Amino acid sequence: MVSVRSTTDWLYRYVVFPVGQMLIFIIGAGLVVSVLAYLLAFLFPEPRPNIILVDQINRQLPGMLIAGVSLGFVYAMIALGYTLVYGVLKFINFAHSEIFMFGSVIGFEVMRRLDDTGYMQGWNPILLVAFIVLWAMLLSGLLAVLIERIAYRPLRGAPRLVPLISAIGVSLFLTDAVRAFQAITRNEFNLTYPTIDLPWLKNPIPLAFGETTVNVRVTSIIIIVAAVLMLVAMNYFVNGTKLGKGIRAVSQDMSTASLMGINVNYMISLTFFVGGSFGGAAGALFGMNVGTVTPFVGFIPGIKAFTAAVLGGIGNVTGALLGGLALGMIESFLNGILVYFPALGQRYTDVFAFSVLILILIFRPSGLLGERVDEKV
Amino acid sequence: MTTLLELENVHTYYGHIHALKGVSLKVNQGEIVTLVGSNGAGKSTSLRTISGIVRARSGRIIFEGRDISTMRPHDVSALGIGHVPEGRRIFPLLTVRENIEIGAWNVTSRADISDRMEQMFVLFPRLKERLAQKGGTLSGGEQQMLAIARALMSAPRVLLLDEPSMGLAPVLVEGIFDIIQRINSEGTTVLLVEQNALMALEVAHRGYVLQTGSIALSDSAKALMNNEMVRKVYLGEN
Repeated sequence: MVSVRSTTDWLYRYVVFPVGQMLIFIIGAGLVVSVLAYLLAFLFPEPRPNIILVDQINRQLPGMLIAGVSLGFVYAMIALGYTLVYGVLKFINFAHSEIFMFGSVIGFEVMRRLDDTGYMQGWNPILLVAFIVLWAMLLSGLLAVLIERIAYRPLRGAPRLVPLISAIGVSLFLTDAVRAFQAITRNEFNLTYPTIDLPWLKNPIPLAFGETTVNVRVTSIIIIVAAVLMLVAMNYFVNGTKLGKGIRAVSQDMSTASLMGINVNYMISLTFFVGGSFGGAAGALFGMNVGTVTPFVGFIPGIKAFTAAVLGGIGNVTGALLGGLALGMIESFLNGILVYFPALGQRYTDVFAFSVLILILIFRPSGLLGERVDEKV
Repeated sequence: MTTLLELENVHTYYGHIHALKGVSLKVNQGEIVTLVGSNGAGKSTSLRTISGIVRARSGRIIFEGRDISTMRPHDVSALGIGHVPEGRRIFPLLTVRENIEIGAWNVTSRADISDRMEQMFVLFPRLKERLAQKGGTLSGGEQQMLAIARALMSAPRVLLLDEPSMGLAPVLVEGIFDIIQRINSEGTTVLLVEQNALMALEVAHRGYVLQTGSIALSDSAKALMNNEMVRKVYLGEN
């Protein structure tokens, strides 16, 4: 009977709990943002002549929620990279946005090469997405490890500002290196993903919500499913494996961890690999979703994911998830609603997203989940 | 008696500060050796240099016939040197069980790990009650027990103990020193750093007195306790 009990225990800890947590975060963020949206509609019933804001929100609500969730998962996956590295090295890896960009470019390269062989159209699309994402993960993870080895490790004992500046340098270098590479090899750097000629993938799925119908893009669903699978795997890795325990030990006390026989440099490389591979996966999924990427595509999602990580509490893995989902939801609603305000418009979405960062830094710098257990000395 | 661990004229620096000025000492198999001395004399630095947390600039550190002075901490630990750092340094957000398991990082046999864990519960029954609790929520005495248990999980040949009495109530201190003697009688060699010189000399076989980075005295623990200078300076007698 022991094995049955431990199996259910295992399932609870590594499947039910994390998935339940995601659901709670999604529902919670959705509720809060919906309430705010209706409050806005109450304050500004008719932002434009003949536009009743409440009606618009009613019509768009399901669509905004689904878009918010998929955007939120992309942010959460990138935010994990920031938060894991911060947890271990207490420094913000500003080159992480370029890891994301690199993942999206790798996704393009792999898909283009597959397409050139002519066999891609025959692939099972799920297998295809998995194949592309795995390549992006592997190469982005290795790139992140390489960056740490070259640009951060020699600066380990330096004042905090020094590796930060190094990170910004790496970020600029990577952007331009990819741009130069694409310019030389393809004579352009707007990289358009090949499309798959599959009707069920191209055509959105109409979902009926009462009187309104929402067209859900299949890629959104792929992103959500892939992100949920990966986040569950990540939770298991961090909390359920020996290596995850080692990473947590290193992040709490590096020198004591080394006294326990843990090779700290190896753990740091591993952390960069895991964080980098999640950023790369997010990049590839993002690329497949938007269709066209450039070497400059990483900056804004990177900064937003950083915002998400700070919102949730930097260094906290659950916080990255919550922050990502909350920010994705906020953005998706702003995208849907701001168009009706003539003085603002959709372009102001980023302004509001970054206002969140500033407000969090002022009023709750430790983030939503940033409280830690007190350490007795 | 075979020498297990030996420092030969070790010099260590923190930046420009010359912390160890040619420390030489010996720890024989099966002994409890104590390093006493006042604040800043270099007691902790000696242990940290042995473990490789700080690198000796010159001199040799020989463990079981091998020079380990240039090794990194995790390699030193893997050779069989356990280190209970000053201030206990429990991983505050790991559970007590995880803290203990971390101590067995390089132990591959699951059977060994669970056997040793059982031994730790015999030595420290309190820890068994606290297994699911986060390390940071333990009391100071419990944390000290956990730190010792964690270091013992790798079954070290020699245990370096840095100020195990620090910040503990006198009753608890006595308990900890009993445990140290018990660990030693079960075969683990101990190098003990203490500010509480009296307690340390009572349990130790031999002792060294460190003064501003070099060894001022070395003798058997009994002789040191009767030494006039030691009595005046470290045991607080007039």
